[in-house]
Amino acid sequence: MNELVRLQDISFQYDEEADYALKGVSFSIYEGEWLAIVGHNGSGKSTLAKLLNGLQYAQEGTISVDGMLLSEDTVWEVRKKIGMVFQNPDNQFVGTTVQDDVAFGLENHGVAREEMVDRVRHSLEKVKMDQFLDQEPHHLSGGQKQRVAIAGVIALRPNLIILDEATSMLDPRGREEVLDTVRELKQDHQMTVISITHDLEEAAKADRIIVMNKGKLYREGSPAEIFQMDEELVQLGLDIPFPVKMSKLFKEKGIPLTKYHLTEEELVNELWTSHSKM
Amino acid sequence: MDITLQNVEYRYQANTPFERLAIEDVSIDLPAGTFLALIGHTGSGKSTVLQHLNALIKPTKGTVKIGDTTITPNKKQKNLKHVRQRVGIVFQFPEHQLFEETVEKDICFGPMNFGVSEQEAKARARRAIQQVGLSEEILLKSPFELSGGQMRRVAIAGVLAMEPDVIVLDEPTAGLDPRGRQDIMNMFASLHQERNLSTVLVTHSMEDASRYADQIAIMHNGKVERKGTPAEIFSNPERLLELGLDVPEVVNLQHKLESAFGRKFAKTCLSMEDLAEEAMKLLKGGDSL
Repeated sequence: MNELVRLQDISFQYDEEADYALKGVSFSIYEGEWLAIVGHNGSGKSTLAKLLNGLQYAQEGTISVDGMLLSEDTVWEVRKKIGMVFQNPDNQFVGTTVQDDVAFGLENHGVAREEMVDRVRHSLEKVKMDQFLDQEPHHLSGGQKQRVAIAGVIALRPNLIILDEATSMLDPRGREEVLDTVRELKQDHQMTVISITHDLEEAAKADRIIVMNKGKLYREGSPAEIFQMDEELVQLGLDIPFPVKMSKLFKEKGIPLTKYHLTEEELVNELWTSHSKM
Repeated sequence: MDITLQNVEYRYQANTPFERLAIEDVSIDLPAGTFLALIGHTGSGKSTVLQHLNALIKPTKGTVKIGDTTITPNKKQKNLKHVRQRVGIVFQFPEHQLFEETVEKDICFGPMNFGVSEQEAKARARRAIQQVGLSEEILLKSPFELSGGQMRRVAIAGVLAMEPDVIVLDEPTAGLDPRGRQDIMNMFASLHQERNLSTVLVTHSMEDASRYADQIAIMHNGKVERKGTPAEIFSNPERLLELGLDVPEVVNLQHKLESAFGRKFAKTCLSMEDLAEEAMKLLKGGDSL
Protein backbone atom coordinates (compact mmCIF):
# COMPACT_ATOMS: atom_id res chain seq x y z
CA MET A 1 0.00 0.00 0.00
CA ASN A 2 1.17 3.51 -0.81
CA GLU A 3 1.92 5.83 2.03
CA LEU A 4 -0.19 8.98 1.78
CA VAL A 5 0.66 10.74 5.02
CA ARG A 6 3.53 10.30 7.44
CA LEU A 7 3.78 11.75 10.91
CA GLN A 8 7.26 11.68 12.41
CA ASP A 9 7.88 12.31 16.12
CA ILE A 10 5.13 14.88 16.45
CA SER A 11 4.94 16.83 19.71
CA PHE A 12 2.54 19.67 20.33
CA GLN A 13 1.42 21.84 23.22
CA TYR A 14 -1.24 24.55 23.03
CA ASP A 15 0.85 26.87 25.17
CA GLU A 16 4.19 26.59 26.86
CA GLU A 17 2.88 25.96 30.33
CA ALA A 18 0.28 23.42 29.26
CA ASP A 19 0.91 19.68 29.18
CA TYR A 20 1.79 18.20 25.83
CA ALA A 21 -1.38 17.55 23.83
CA LEU A 22 0.71 15.21 21.70
CA LYS A 23 4.08 13.71 22.54
CA GLY A 24 6.33 11.86 20.11
CA VAL A 25 3.61 10.54 17.84
CA SER A 26 4.62 8.74 14.65
CA PHE A 27 2.50 6.79 12.22
CA SER A 28 1.57 6.55 8.55
CA ILE A 29 -1.70 6.65 6.70
CA TYR A 30 -2.01 4.52 3.59
CA GLU A 31 -3.90 5.20 0.41
CA GLY A 32 -7.40 3.80 0.33
CA GLU A 33 -7.64 2.72 3.96
CA TRP A 34 -10.24 3.59 6.59
CA LEU A 35 -8.34 4.47 9.72
CA ALA A 36 -10.21 4.98 12.97
CA ILE A 37 -8.55 7.03 15.70
CA VAL A 38 -10.08 6.41 19.10
CA GLY A 39 -9.30 7.68 22.58
CA HIS A 40 -10.96 9.41 25.54
CA ASN A 41 -11.75 13.14 25.54
CA GLY A 42 -8.47 14.99 25.78
CA SER A 43 -6.34 12.09 24.48
CA GLY A 44 -5.07 14.18 21.56
CA LYS A 45 -7.25 12.84 18.76
CA SER A 46 -8.64 16.16 17.63
CA THR A 47 -5.27 17.85 17.97
CA LEU A 48 -3.98 15.31 15.47
CA ALA A 49 -6.69 16.32 13.03
CA LYS A 50 -5.84 20.00 13.43
CA LEU A 51 -2.16 19.33 12.76
CA LEU A 52 -2.90 17.25 9.67
CA ASN A 53 -4.83 20.10 8.16
CA GLY A 54 -2.41 22.82 9.17
CA LEU A 55 -4.81 24.49 11.58
CA GLN A 56 -2.01 24.18 14.13
CA TYR A 57 1.67 23.46 13.66
CA ALA A 58 3.63 20.99 15.72
CA GLN A 59 6.54 22.32 17.78
CA GLU A 60 8.50 19.17 17.07
CA GLY A 61 8.43 16.61 14.31
CA THR A 62 7.28 16.63 10.70
CA ILE A 63 4.19 15.76 8.71
CA SER A 64 4.39 14.94 5.03
CA VAL A 65 1.37 14.59 2.81
CA ASP A 66 1.73 12.90 -0.57
CA GLY A 67 5.47 13.50 -0.42
CA MET A 68 5.12 17.18 0.49
CA LEU A 69 6.37 18.51 3.81
CA LEU A 70 3.56 20.37 5.62
CA SER A 71 4.54 23.94 6.51
CA GLU A 72 3.05 27.41 6.34
CA ASP A 73 4.26 27.58 2.74
CA THR A 74 2.63 24.35 1.62
CA VAL A 75 -0.49 24.44 3.76
CA TRP A 76 -2.79 25.56 0.93
CA GLU A 77 -1.56 22.76 -1.30
CA VAL A 78 -1.98 20.27 1.53
CA ARG A 79 -5.50 21.46 2.27
CA LYS A 80 -6.47 20.59 -1.30
CA LYS A 81 -5.55 17.03 -0.51
CA ILE A 82 -7.16 16.78 2.91
CA GLY A 83 -10.79 17.62 3.57
CA MET A 84 -12.24 17.85 7.06
CA VAL A 85 -15.74 17.39 8.42
CA PHE A 86 -16.18 18.70 11.95
CA GLN A 87 -18.44 17.71 14.82
CA ASN A 88 -21.12 20.36 14.93
CA PRO A 89 -23.40 20.46 11.88
CA ASP A 90 -24.44 24.01 12.71
CA ASN A 91 -20.93 25.43 12.93
CA GLN A 92 -19.79 24.51 9.44
CA PHE A 93 -22.66 25.60 7.27
CA VAL A 94 -21.50 28.86 5.72
CA GLY A 95 -23.75 29.28 2.66
CA THR A 96 -27.36 30.47 2.73
CA THR A 97 -28.42 27.54 0.56
CA VAL A 98 -27.15 24.02 0.08
CA GLN A 99 -25.50 24.74 -3.26
CA ASP A 100 -23.95 28.00 -2.07
CA ASP A 101 -22.46 26.13 0.83
CA VAL A 102 -20.77 23.61 -1.44
CA ALA A 103 -19.66 26.37 -3.83
CA PHE A 104 -17.99 28.31 -1.01
CA GLY A 105 -14.88 26.15 -0.82
CA LEU A 106 -14.54 26.03 -4.61
CA GLU A 107 -14.74 29.82 -4.82
CA ASN A 108 -12.02 30.07 -2.22
CA HIS A 109 -9.84 27.86 -4.36
CA GLY A 110 -10.56 29.98 -7.43
CA VAL A 111 -12.30 27.29 -9.48
CA ALA A 112 -13.86 28.63 -12.72
CA ARG A 113 -17.61 29.11 -12.67
CA GLU A 114 -18.55 26.47 -15.28
CA GLU A 115 -16.50 23.88 -13.54
CA MET A 116 -17.85 24.99 -10.18
CA VAL A 117 -21.48 24.49 -11.24
CA ASP A 118 -20.57 21.06 -12.47
CA ARG A 119 -18.68 20.06 -9.34
CA VAL A 120 -21.37 21.37 -6.97
CA ARG A 121 -24.03 19.35 -8.76
CA HIS A 122 -21.86 16.28 -8.92
CA SER A 123 -20.82 16.33 -5.25
CA LEU A 124 -24.37 16.84 -4.05
CA GLU A 125 -25.46 13.88 -6.15
CA LYS A 126 -22.79 11.78 -4.48
CA VAL A 127 -24.15 12.52 -1.01
CA LYS A 128 -27.75 12.26 -2.25
CA MET A 129 -28.57 15.87 -1.51
CA ASP A 130 -29.10 17.00 -5.09
CA GLN A 131 -32.83 17.41 -4.46
CA PHE A 132 -32.07 20.14 -1.95
CA LEU A 133 -30.01 22.63 -4.00
CA ASP A 134 -31.85 25.77 -2.91
CA GLN A 135 -32.87 24.69 0.58
CA GLU A 136 -31.77 26.77 3.51
CA PRO A 137 -29.77 25.04 6.24
CA HIS A 138 -32.40 25.34 8.94
CA HIS A 139 -34.73 23.11 6.93
CA LEU A 140 -32.23 20.27 7.04
CA SER A 141 -31.67 17.57 9.63
CA GLY A 142 -28.28 17.21 11.31
CA GLY A 143 -27.43 14.22 9.11
CA GLN A 144 -28.34 16.15 5.97
CA LYS A 145 -26.21 19.11 7.06
CA GLN A 146 -23.23 16.83 7.59
CA ARG A 147 -23.76 15.29 4.16
CA VAL A 148 -23.69 18.78 2.66
CA ALA A 149 -20.46 19.39 4.57
CA ILE A 150 -19.08 16.21 3.01
CA ALA A 151 -20.18 17.38 -0.44
CA GLY A 152 -18.30 20.64 0.21
CA VAL A 153 -15.22 18.61 1.02
CA ILE A 154 -15.36 16.18 -1.90
CA ALA A 155 -16.05 19.01 -4.38
CA LEU A 156 -12.40 19.91 -3.79
CA ARG A 157 -11.42 16.35 -4.73
CA PRO A 158 -9.21 15.60 -1.76
CA ASN A 159 -7.28 12.32 -1.44
CA LEU A 160 -8.08 12.10 2.23
CA ILE A 161 -11.15 12.96 4.23
CA ILE A 162 -10.99 13.41 8.00
CA LEU A 163 -14.16 12.99 10.03
CA ASP A 164 -13.55 14.68 13.38
CA GLU A 165 -16.35 13.18 15.48
CA ALA A 166 -18.56 14.08 12.54
CA THR A 167 -21.42 11.86 13.67
CA SER A 168 -21.34 12.38 17.43
CA MET A 169 -24.04 15.06 17.47
CA LEU A 170 -26.41 13.15 15.21
CA ASP A 171 -29.28 10.81 15.99
CA PRO A 172 -28.83 7.13 15.03
CA ARG A 173 -30.50 7.61 11.66
CA GLY A 174 -28.37 10.65 10.79
CA ARG A 175 -25.25 8.76 11.88
CA GLU A 176 -26.01 5.87 9.53
CA GLU A 177 -26.75 8.26 6.62
CA VAL A 178 -23.40 9.94 7.02
CA LEU A 179 -21.38 6.75 7.47
CA ASP A 180 -23.08 5.05 4.52
CA THR A 181 -22.25 8.08 2.38
CA VAL A 182 -18.60 7.97 3.36
CA ARG A 183 -18.41 4.21 2.83
CA GLU A 184 -19.74 4.60 -0.70
CA LEU A 185 -17.28 7.38 -1.46
CA LYS A 186 -14.44 5.28 -0.19
CA GLN A 187 -15.48 2.33 -2.28
CA ASP A 188 -16.23 4.19 -5.51
CA HIS A 189 -13.33 6.63 -5.42
CA GLN A 190 -10.66 4.86 -3.38
CA MET A 191 -10.88 7.74 -0.95
CA THR A 192 -8.76 7.48 2.17
CA VAL A 193 -10.74 8.06 5.37
CA ILE A 194 -9.63 8.96 8.87
CA SER A 195 -12.42 8.79 11.37
CA ILE A 196 -11.85 10.27 14.79
CA THR A 197 -14.59 8.72 16.84
CA HIS A 198 -16.00 7.51 20.13
CA ASP A 199 -18.28 5.11 18.37
CA LEU A 200 -16.65 1.72 18.76
CA GLU A 201 -19.16 -0.06 16.58
CA GLU A 202 -18.03 2.27 13.83
CA ALA A 203 -14.35 1.76 14.64
CA ALA A 204 -14.91 -2.00 14.49
CA LYS A 205 -15.69 -1.61 10.79
CA ALA A 206 -12.47 0.30 10.03
CA ASP A 207 -9.46 -1.31 8.33
CA ARG A 208 -7.14 -0.20 11.09
CA ILE A 209 -7.43 1.45 14.50
CA ILE A 210 -5.10 3.75 16.39
CA VAL A 211 -5.72 4.13 20.11
CA MET A 212 -4.59 7.44 21.60
CA ASN A 213 -4.02 7.93 25.31
CA LYS A 214 -2.76 11.06 27.05
CA GLY A 215 -1.24 12.49 23.91
CA LYS A 216 0.60 9.32 22.94
CA LEU A 217 -0.04 6.64 20.41
CA TYR A 218 -0.99 3.81 22.73
CA ARG A 219 -1.67 0.96 20.30
CA GLU A 220 -2.17 0.38 16.62
CA GLY A 221 -3.75 -2.63 14.94
CA SER A 222 -6.66 -4.23 13.15
CA PRO A 223 -10.08 -4.03 14.86
CA ALA A 224 -9.73 -7.69 15.80
CA GLU A 225 -6.38 -7.03 17.49
CA ILE A 226 -7.49 -3.85 19.23
CA PHE A 227 -10.66 -5.29 20.69
CA GLN A 228 -8.84 -8.26 22.15
CA MET A 229 -7.40 -5.65 24.53
CA ASP A 230 -10.62 -6.00 26.41
CA GLU A 231 -10.60 -4.44 29.91
CA GLU A 232 -7.53 -2.42 29.00
CA LEU A 233 -9.80 -0.40 26.71
CA VAL A 234 -12.15 0.35 29.57
CA GLN A 235 -9.22 1.57 31.65
CA LEU A 236 -8.38 3.94 28.80
CA GLY A 237 -11.88 5.45 29.11
CA LEU A 238 -13.14 3.57 26.08
CA ASP A 239 -15.70 0.86 25.77
CA ILE A 240 -15.81 -2.63 24.31
CA PRO A 241 -18.17 -3.35 21.41
CA PHE A 242 -21.23 -5.28 22.47
CA PRO A 243 -20.52 -8.49 20.48
CA VAL A 244 -17.11 -8.70 22.17
CA LYS A 245 -18.67 -8.29 25.63
CA MET A 246 -21.18 -11.05 24.89
CA SER A 247 -18.48 -13.35 23.49
CA LYS A 248 -16.57 -12.89 26.70
CA LEU A 249 -19.58 -13.69 28.81
CA PHE A 250 -20.27 -16.88 26.84
CA LYS A 251 -16.67 -17.95 27.22
CA GLU A 252 -16.87 -17.40 30.98
CA LYS A 253 -19.92 -19.61 31.04
CA GLY A 254 -17.96 -22.37 29.36
CA ILE A 255 -18.87 -22.07 25.69
CA PRO A 256 -15.60 -22.74 23.83
CA LEU A 257 -15.69 -19.79 21.42
CA THR A 258 -12.63 -19.54 19.18
CA LYS A 259 -12.39 -15.76 19.63
CA TYR A 260 -14.11 -12.59 20.74
CA HIS A 261 -16.37 -11.72 17.84
CA LEU A 262 -16.67 -8.22 16.46
CA THR A 263 -20.10 -8.66 14.90
CA GLU A 264 -23.29 -10.22 16.18
CA GLU A 265 -23.59 -12.27 13.00
CA GLU A 266 -20.24 -13.97 13.58
CA LEU A 267 -21.13 -14.65 17.19
CA VAL A 268 -24.53 -16.14 16.36
CA ASN A 269 -22.89 -18.24 13.67
CA GLU A 270 -20.29 -19.73 15.96
CA LEU A 271 -22.83 -20.38 18.71
CA TRP A 272 -25.02 -22.15 16.21
CA THR A 273 -22.16 -24.21 14.79
CA SER A 274 -20.79 -25.19 18.18
CA HIS A 275 -24.29 -26.12 19.28
CA SER A 276 -24.92 -28.41 16.35
CA LYS A 277 -21.70 -30.26 17.19
CA MET A 278 -22.67 -30.81 20.83
CA MET B 1 -44.39 16.78 42.59
CA ASP B 2 -46.66 15.14 40.04
CA ILE B 3 -46.96 16.25 36.44
CA THR B 4 -49.81 15.21 34.16
CA LEU B 5 -50.32 15.89 30.49
CA GLN B 6 -53.88 15.23 29.40
CA ASN B 7 -54.79 15.07 25.71
CA VAL B 8 -52.27 17.76 24.97
CA GLU B 9 -52.06 19.24 21.50
CA TYR B 10 -49.59 21.88 20.39
CA ARG B 11 -49.54 23.81 17.12
CA TYR B 12 -46.63 26.04 16.30
CA GLN B 13 -47.70 29.45 14.96
CA ALA B 14 -51.39 28.57 15.33
CA ASN B 15 -53.84 30.52 13.14
CA THR B 16 -51.19 31.61 10.70
CA PRO B 17 -50.35 30.22 7.26
CA PHE B 18 -47.28 28.61 8.91
CA GLU B 19 -49.30 26.61 11.41
CA ARG B 20 -47.77 23.21 12.12
CA LEU B 21 -49.14 20.47 14.32
CA ALA B 22 -46.30 19.29 16.56
CA ILE B 23 -48.03 16.98 19.04
CA GLU B 24 -51.55 15.71 19.35
CA ASP B 25 -53.54 13.84 21.98
CA VAL B 26 -50.52 13.31 24.21
CA SER B 27 -51.30 11.98 27.68
CA ILE B 28 -48.42 11.27 30.04
CA ASP B 29 -48.45 10.72 33.79
CA LEU B 30 -45.39 11.56 35.84
CA PRO B 31 -46.04 10.75 39.50
CA ALA B 32 -43.33 12.01 41.88
CA GLY B 33 -40.26 9.79 41.77
CA THR B 34 -40.78 8.37 38.29
CA PHE B 35 -37.94 7.79 35.83
CA LEU B 36 -39.44 8.16 32.37
CA ALA B 37 -37.56 7.75 29.11
CA LEU B 38 -38.94 9.53 26.08
CA ILE B 39 -37.90 7.94 22.81
CA GLY B 40 -38.52 8.79 19.19
CA HIS B 41 -36.99 10.11 16.01
CA THR B 42 -35.86 13.66 15.57
CA GLY B 43 -39.09 15.51 14.73
CA SER B 44 -41.37 13.05 16.55
CA GLY B 45 -42.46 15.69 19.07
CA LYS B 46 -40.21 14.85 22.04
CA SER B 47 -38.85 18.37 22.41
CA THR B 48 -42.33 19.87 22.24
CA VAL B 49 -43.50 17.55 25.01
CA LEU B 50 -40.46 18.51 27.03
CA GLN B 51 -41.22 22.22 26.80
CA HIS B 52 -44.68 21.61 28.30
CA LEU B 53 -43.15 20.06 31.40
CA ASN B 54 -42.17 23.42 32.82
CA ALA B 55 -44.67 25.59 31.02
CA LEU B 56 -42.26 27.06 28.49
CA ILE B 57 -45.14 26.71 26.06
CA LYS B 58 -48.87 26.44 26.62
CA PRO B 59 -50.91 23.67 24.99
CA THR B 60 -53.26 24.64 22.15
CA LYS B 61 -55.62 21.90 23.42
CA GLY B 62 -55.77 19.77 26.55
CA THR B 63 -54.46 20.30 30.06
CA VAL B 64 -51.05 20.30 31.70
CA LYS B 65 -50.90 19.94 35.48
CA ILE B 66 -47.61 20.70 37.19
CA GLY B 67 -48.05 20.22 40.93
CA ASP B 68 -50.88 22.57 41.91
CA THR B 69 -50.68 24.63 38.75
CA THR B 70 -53.05 23.85 35.91
CA ILE B 71 -52.23 25.17 32.48
CA THR B 72 -54.94 25.27 29.83
CA PRO B 73 -55.03 26.92 26.41
CA ASN B 74 -57.27 29.84 27.32
CA LYS B 75 -56.16 30.71 30.82
CA LYS B 76 -53.60 33.49 31.21
CA GLN B 77 -50.90 32.36 33.62
CA LYS B 78 -49.28 35.21 35.44
CA ASN B 79 -46.67 33.73 37.63
CA LEU B 80 -44.99 30.57 36.43
CA LYS B 81 -41.71 31.22 38.17
CA HIS B 82 -42.36 28.68 40.92
CA VAL B 83 -43.09 26.02 38.28
CA ARG B 84 -39.86 26.72 36.44
CA GLN B 85 -37.98 26.56 39.70
CA ARG B 86 -39.31 23.12 40.52
CA VAL B 87 -38.82 21.60 37.08
CA GLY B 88 -35.24 21.93 35.87
CA ILE B 89 -34.50 21.31 32.22
CA VAL B 90 -31.04 20.35 31.03
CA PHE B 91 -31.15 21.19 27.34
CA GLN B 92 -29.03 19.54 24.65
CA PHE B 93 -25.41 20.66 24.78
CA PRO B 94 -26.11 22.78 27.88
CA GLU B 95 -22.48 23.89 27.98
CA HIS B 96 -23.27 26.24 25.08
CA GLN B 97 -25.30 28.27 27.56
CA LEU B 98 -22.49 28.94 30.02
CA PHE B 99 -21.71 32.64 30.05
CA GLU B 100 -20.40 33.90 33.40
CA GLU B 101 -16.83 34.79 34.38
CA THR B 102 -16.55 32.02 36.92
CA VAL B 103 -18.15 28.65 37.40
CA GLU B 104 -19.52 29.81 40.76
CA LYS B 105 -21.25 32.84 39.26
CA ASP B 106 -22.68 30.72 36.50
CA ILE B 107 -24.17 28.19 38.91
CA CYS B 108 -25.50 30.95 41.20
CA PHE B 109 -27.19 32.79 38.36
CA GLY B 110 -30.30 30.60 38.25
CA PRO B 111 -31.07 30.44 41.96
CA MET B 112 -30.41 34.18 42.44
CA ASN B 113 -32.70 34.93 39.54
CA PHE B 114 -35.38 33.16 41.53
CA GLY B 115 -34.70 35.30 44.60
CA VAL B 116 -32.28 33.10 46.54
CA SER B 117 -29.73 35.14 48.54
CA GLU B 118 -26.15 35.26 47.33
CA GLN B 119 -24.92 33.43 50.38
CA GLU B 120 -27.45 30.62 49.96
CA ALA B 121 -26.76 30.45 46.22
CA LYS B 122 -23.04 29.99 46.92
CA ALA B 123 -23.78 27.23 49.39
CA ARG B 124 -25.94 25.56 46.78
CA ALA B 125 -23.19 25.95 44.17
CA ARG B 126 -20.78 24.08 46.46
CA ARG B 127 -23.28 21.26 46.94
CA ALA B 128 -24.17 21.11 43.24
CA ILE B 129 -20.55 20.99 42.09
CA GLN B 130 -19.97 17.98 44.35
CA GLN B 131 -23.13 16.29 43.12
CA VAL B 132 -21.81 16.42 39.55
CA GLY B 133 -18.51 14.95 40.67
CA LEU B 134 -16.26 18.00 40.40
CA SER B 135 -14.10 19.52 43.12
CA GLU B 136 -14.81 22.88 44.76
CA GLU B 137 -11.63 24.45 43.36
CA ILE B 138 -13.26 24.54 39.97
CA LEU B 139 -15.77 27.13 41.24
CA LEU B 140 -13.22 29.91 40.84
CA LYS B 141 -12.21 29.00 37.32
CA SER B 142 -13.67 30.40 34.14
CA PRO B 143 -16.10 27.90 32.62
CA PHE B 144 -14.34 28.38 29.30
CA GLU B 145 -11.04 26.93 30.43
CA LEU B 146 -12.67 23.59 31.27
CA SER B 147 -12.86 20.48 29.12
CA GLY B 148 -16.07 19.66 27.27
CA GLY B 149 -17.10 17.05 29.81
CA GLN B 150 -16.43 19.40 32.73
CA MET B 151 -18.41 22.19 31.08
CA ARG B 152 -21.31 19.81 30.66
CA ARG B 153 -21.20 19.00 34.37
CA VAL B 154 -21.05 22.67 35.35
CA ALA B 155 -24.11 23.39 33.23
CA ILE B 156 -25.93 20.50 34.92
CA ALA B 157 -24.84 21.81 38.34
CA GLY B 158 -26.52 25.11 37.43
CA VAL B 159 -29.82 23.27 37.06
CA LEU B 160 -29.32 21.19 40.22
CA ALA B 161 -28.64 24.38 42.23
CA MET B 162 -32.26 25.37 41.63
CA GLU B 163 -33.06 22.31 43.76
CA PRO B 164 -35.81 21.11 41.45
CA ASP B 165 -38.25 18.27 42.21
CA VAL B 166 -38.24 17.17 38.61
CA ILE B 167 -35.31 17.12 36.24
CA VAL B 168 -35.72 16.88 32.49
CA LEU B 169 -32.72 15.76 30.47
CA ASP B 170 -32.57 16.27 26.73
CA GLU B 171 -29.86 13.93 25.41
CA PRO B 172 -27.55 14.67 28.32
CA THR B 173 -24.69 12.48 27.09
CA ALA B 174 -24.59 13.46 23.40
CA GLY B 175 -21.03 14.02 22.19
CA LEU B 176 -19.30 12.64 25.31
CA ASP B 177 -16.81 9.78 25.28
CA PRO B 178 -17.92 6.37 26.60
CA ARG B 179 -16.63 6.94 30.13
CA GLY B 180 -18.12 10.44 30.26
CA ARG B 181 -21.47 9.05 29.13
CA GLN B 182 -21.47 6.38 31.78
CA ASP B 183 -20.39 8.76 34.55
CA ILE B 184 -23.13 11.27 33.73
CA MET B 185 -25.85 8.61 33.53
CA ASN B 186 -24.74 7.02 36.80
CA MET B 187 -24.84 10.44 38.41
CA PHE B 188 -28.46 10.99 37.33
CA ALA B 189 -29.41 7.49 38.40
CA SER B 190 -28.08 8.12 41.92
CA LEU B 191 -29.69 11.57 42.14
CA HIS B 192 -32.93 9.92 41.16
CA GLN B 193 -32.56 7.28 43.84
CA GLU B 194 -31.12 9.31 46.69
CA ARG B 195 -33.27 12.40 46.33
CA ASN B 196 -36.31 10.78 44.79
CA LEU B 197 -35.90 13.24 41.97
CA SER B 198 -38.42 12.62 39.18
CA THR B 199 -36.43 12.24 36.00
CA VAL B 200 -37.43 12.55 32.36
CA LEU B 201 -34.77 11.40 29.93
CA VAL B 202 -35.02 12.18 26.24
CA THR B 203 -32.63 9.79 24.52
CA HIS B 204 -31.74 7.89 21.38
CA SER B 205 -29.93 5.27 23.41
CA MET B 206 -32.16 2.27 23.92
CA GLU B 207 -29.52 0.89 26.28
CA ASP B 208 -29.90 3.86 28.61
CA ALA B 209 -33.70 3.75 28.34
CA SER B 210 -33.83 0.09 29.29
CA ARG B 211 -31.18 0.35 32.01
CA TYR B 212 -32.34 3.44 33.89
CA ALA B 213 -36.02 4.12 33.20
CA ASP B 214 -38.99 2.49 34.89
CA GLN B 215 -41.34 3.79 32.21
CA ILE B 216 -40.76 4.34 28.51
CA ALA B 217 -42.92 6.39 26.17
CA ILE B 218 -42.35 6.11 22.42
CA MET B 219 -43.23 9.19 20.40
CA HIS B 220 -44.07 8.90 16.71
CA ASN B 221 -45.46 11.61 14.42
CA GLY B 222 -46.48 13.79 17.34
CA LYS B 223 -48.33 11.07 19.22
CA VAL B 224 -47.50 8.69 22.02
CA GLU B 225 -47.19 5.46 20.09
CA ARG B 226 -46.63 3.20 23.11
CA LYS B 227 -46.07 3.42 26.83
CA GLY B 228 -44.87 0.78 29.24
CA THR B 229 -42.05 -0.67 31.30
CA PRO B 230 -38.81 -1.47 29.45
CA ALA B 231 -39.73 -5.17 29.50
CA GLU B 232 -43.14 -4.44 27.97
CA ILE B 233 -41.76 -2.11 25.33
CA PHE B 234 -38.86 -4.30 24.25
CA SER B 235 -40.67 -7.64 24.37
CA ASN B 236 -42.23 -6.62 21.09
CA PRO B 237 -39.28 -5.28 19.13
CA GLU B 238 -40.96 -5.71 15.73
CA ARG B 239 -43.03 -2.59 16.17
CA LEU B 240 -39.97 -0.52 17.13
CA LEU B 241 -38.09 -1.77 14.12
CA GLU B 242 -41.07 -0.91 11.90
CA LEU B 243 -40.89 2.63 13.24
CA GLY B 244 -37.22 2.67 12.27
CA LEU B 245 -36.12 2.83 15.91
CA ASP B 246 -33.37 0.74 17.40
CA VAL B 247 -33.83 -1.84 20.10
CA PRO B 248 -31.25 -2.48 22.82
CA GLU B 249 -28.30 -4.52 21.58
CA VAL B 250 -29.21 -7.30 23.98
CA VAL B 251 -32.74 -7.55 22.59
CA ASN B 252 -31.40 -7.44 19.07
CA LEU B 253 -28.99 -10.30 19.72
CA GLN B 254 -31.73 -12.35 21.36
CA HIS B 255 -33.78 -11.82 18.21
CA LYS B 256 -30.93 -13.07 16.02
CA LEU B 257 -30.31 -16.09 18.23
CA GLU B 258 -34.00 -16.93 18.20
CA SER B 259 -34.18 -16.91 14.44
CA ALA B 260 -30.90 -18.85 14.04
CA PHE B 261 -32.08 -21.54 16.45
CA GLY B 262 -35.69 -21.38 15.33
CA ARG B 263 -36.89 -21.07 18.91
CA LYS B 264 -38.28 -18.40 21.19
CA PHE B 265 -36.69 -17.67 24.55
CA ALA B 266 -38.94 -17.83 27.59
CA LYS B 267 -38.67 -14.08 28.17
CA THR B 268 -37.21 -10.87 26.79
CA CYS B 269 -33.77 -10.35 28.28
CA LEU B 270 -32.75 -6.79 29.08
CA SER B 271 -29.28 -7.45 30.51
CA MET B 272 -26.29 -9.26 29.04
CA GLU B 273 -26.19 -11.58 32.03
CA ASP B 274 -29.84 -12.55 31.50
CA LEU B 275 -29.31 -13.17 27.84
CA ALA B 276 -26.25 -15.32 28.46
CA GLU B 277 -28.22 -17.43 30.98
CA GLU B 278 -31.16 -17.93 28.64
CA ALA B 279 -28.91 -18.68 25.69
CA MET B 280 -27.02 -21.27 27.78
CA LYS B 281 -30.26 -23.15 28.38
CA LEU B 282 -30.75 -23.26 24.64
CA LEU B 283 -27.16 -24.33 23.96
CA LYS B 284 -27.13 -27.06 26.56
CA GLY B 285 -30.26 -28.20 24.75
CA GLY B 286 -32.21 -29.14 27.92
CA ASP B 287 -35.43 -29.62 26.04
CA SER B 288 -35.39 -30.93 22.53
CA LEU B 289 -35.38 -28.60 19.57
